[in-house]
Amino acid sequence: MSDPVPRDTLLRYSPGVRTNHWLVAIAFVLAALSGLALFHPALFWLSGLFGGGPWTRILHPFVGLFMVLVFFTLAASVWDDNRLQSADWQWLRQWRDVVNNREERLPEVGRYNAGQKLLFLVLVVCLLGLLVTGPLMWRAYFTLPVRLVRLASVLHAICALVIICTIIVHIYAGFWVRGSVHAMLRGTVSPGWAWKHHRAWFRQITHAANPRARSD
Amino acid sequence: MPLQSLDIIRRSATTTPSPEVRGSYSGTVAKLIDTTKCIGCKACQVACMEWNDLRDDVGINFGSYQNPADLSDRSWTLMRFSEYENPKGDLEWLIRKDGCMHCADPGCLKACPSPGAIVQYSNGIVDFQEENCIGCGYCVTGCPFNIPRISKRDKKAYKCTLCSDRVAVGMEPACIKACPTGALVFGTKEDMKEHAAERIEDLKSRGFDKAGLYDPPGVGGTHVMYVLHHADQPGLYAGLVAEPRISPLVRLWKGRAKPVSLAIMALTALAGFFHFVRVGRNEVDERDEAAARASMDANRKPEARA
Repeated sequence: MSDPVPRDTLLRYSPGVRTNHWLVAIAFVLAALSGLALFHPALFWLSGLFGGGPWTRILHPFVGLFMVLVFFTLAASVWDDNRLQSADWQWLRQWRDVVNNREERLPEVGRYNAGQKLLFLVLVVCLLGLLVTGPLMWRAYFTLPVRLVRLASVLHAICALVIICTIIVHIYAGFWVRGSVHAMLRGTVSPGWAWKHHRAWFRQITHAANPRARSD
Repeated sequence: MPLQSLDIIRRSATTTPSPEVRGSYSGTVAKLIDTTKCIGCKACQVACMEWNDLRDDVGINFGSYQNPADLSDRSWTLMRFSEYENPKGDLEWLIRKDGCMHCADPGCLKACPSPGAIVQYSNGIVDFQEENCIGCGYCVTGCPFNIPRISKRDKKAYKCTLCSDRVAVGMEPACIKACPTGALVFGTKEDMKEHAAERIEDLKSRGFDKAGLYDPPGVGGTHVMYVLHHADQPGLYAGLVAEPRISPLVRLWKGRAKPVSLAIMALTALAGFFHFVRVGRNEVDERDEAAARASMDANRKPEARA
C-alpha cells in the first residue's frame, strides 16, 4: 500500500507482486531465447545475444533456476486465488463467448478468470518439469545414465514448447484485454475494468467496509 | 580451418550444403580391428598419445590389464579386456580396441546444436571441430557407443579423429602404424571388408563358426569395423552394443521435434495476430465505468463520498 492510489482507480497488483512478475518475465525471455538457440540450428544465432555458444550453454541453466525460484515465490502469493472452481468450467465451456469479447454472457469472474487459472496451472506443471529435467542434462555438474539424459532432453523440450506457447498466449491476452498491461506495470485498473472483467472481485473489494484494504 | 578441406558431406546444426566439391572417388576409408589377432600390447594407445600429444592422468590399478580404466578427453582409444568362459569351460581373453566407430549415420552429429562443431568428411571420418564446440554434451547424449568425453579443463568434447590429419595427407592412422600383429589394418572400406571376409573364412575353418564382421547397419555401417570370433555375441567384448542405432528419443528430439515445435510457436503467435485482426481488443467503455461508479457510490459510506 505504499503506492498513492488515485481516487478513481483500484489497486490490482501490489509493488511486490509487480516486481516479482517482471523478474519472472525477464528471466523467462532470457531462458527461452538461450534455450531456443540450443534447440534449433535456425535459431543458433540467438546465442550471440548471450556472448556466443559456450556462454549460452553456461548461462541457460542458471537463468532457468532463477526463473523457477522467482516464479514459485510469485506462485505462492497468488496460489489461493488460482484454484479452479465449478464456475470456471462454465466459463471454459463458453470459450467462444470469451474469444469473441461477449463477456456479458459469461459467469461473474473473481480475481482471476478460468483462462488465467489454466495459465497458472500450466506454468506450475511445466516449470516443475523443466526444473526436474534440466539438471539431468546439465553436463557441467551431472553425469547420469545416458537413457535418462535422452528422456530428460525430450521432456525438457516438450515442457519448453508448451510453456513458450502458453506465454505467447499470455502476452497476447495482456494486449487483447486493454488495461491489463498497465495493471501489471503500474498496479491499478479503472473501476469499469474491474466491473467488466472481474465483477465478483470488484464487488468483493468495493463492497467491503474499506474498499482499498485489500491490495495484493 | 574446418571448411577448407572442401570434402565435408555433413556438418552439425547446418541445413544447407557444406563445401564438398572434393569427393572421395577412391572410396571411403575404414579401420579394421581384428580382435582375434590382438595381443593387448597397447602399442596403439601409445601411438595415439604420441601422435596427438595427449597425456592422460596416471590412474589406478583396478585389477585388470585395462589401463586407463575408461576413455577420456585425453585417451581416445583404449584396449578393453574381458574374461569370457566359453561353453567348453575354457577361458577366453577378449581384447577390444575401443574408440570412435565413425558411424555413417553419426548420432553425435545429429544431436550437436552448434554449427560446424562436428563434421563428416566424404571419406567417412566423423571429426569434432573443437573451436566450434560449446560444451553442452549433446554429442554424448546422441552417441550410441558412449564415446565422446567432455574435457574438465576446457569443456570441449573430444574423441578419436581417425587421424584425419594423417589420412588427409595419405598416411594411415597412428594406431595402425604401431600395431605389431596386423590386428589393425586401414584402407578403403571395400578393401577392409574383403580382408575381413578372408579372415572370417580362416577363423571358421579353425572352429570359430560364429566369427563375423561387425559393421552395424543400424547406424548406416561404421568406418571402424571389428572382426569378432563371437559375432553372434558382441556384448562379450566389454559390452559392445549388439544393434546400435541412434536412440528414437534422440531422433525425435533432434529430428521432427525441431521444425514441428517452431511451427507450433509461429502458429500460436499468428493466431493471436489474426484474433486481433478479426475480433479486436476487449475494451472497457463509458457504460462500464458508469455502472462501476454507480455500484461503488451505492456502497460507499457517506464520509468516503466527499
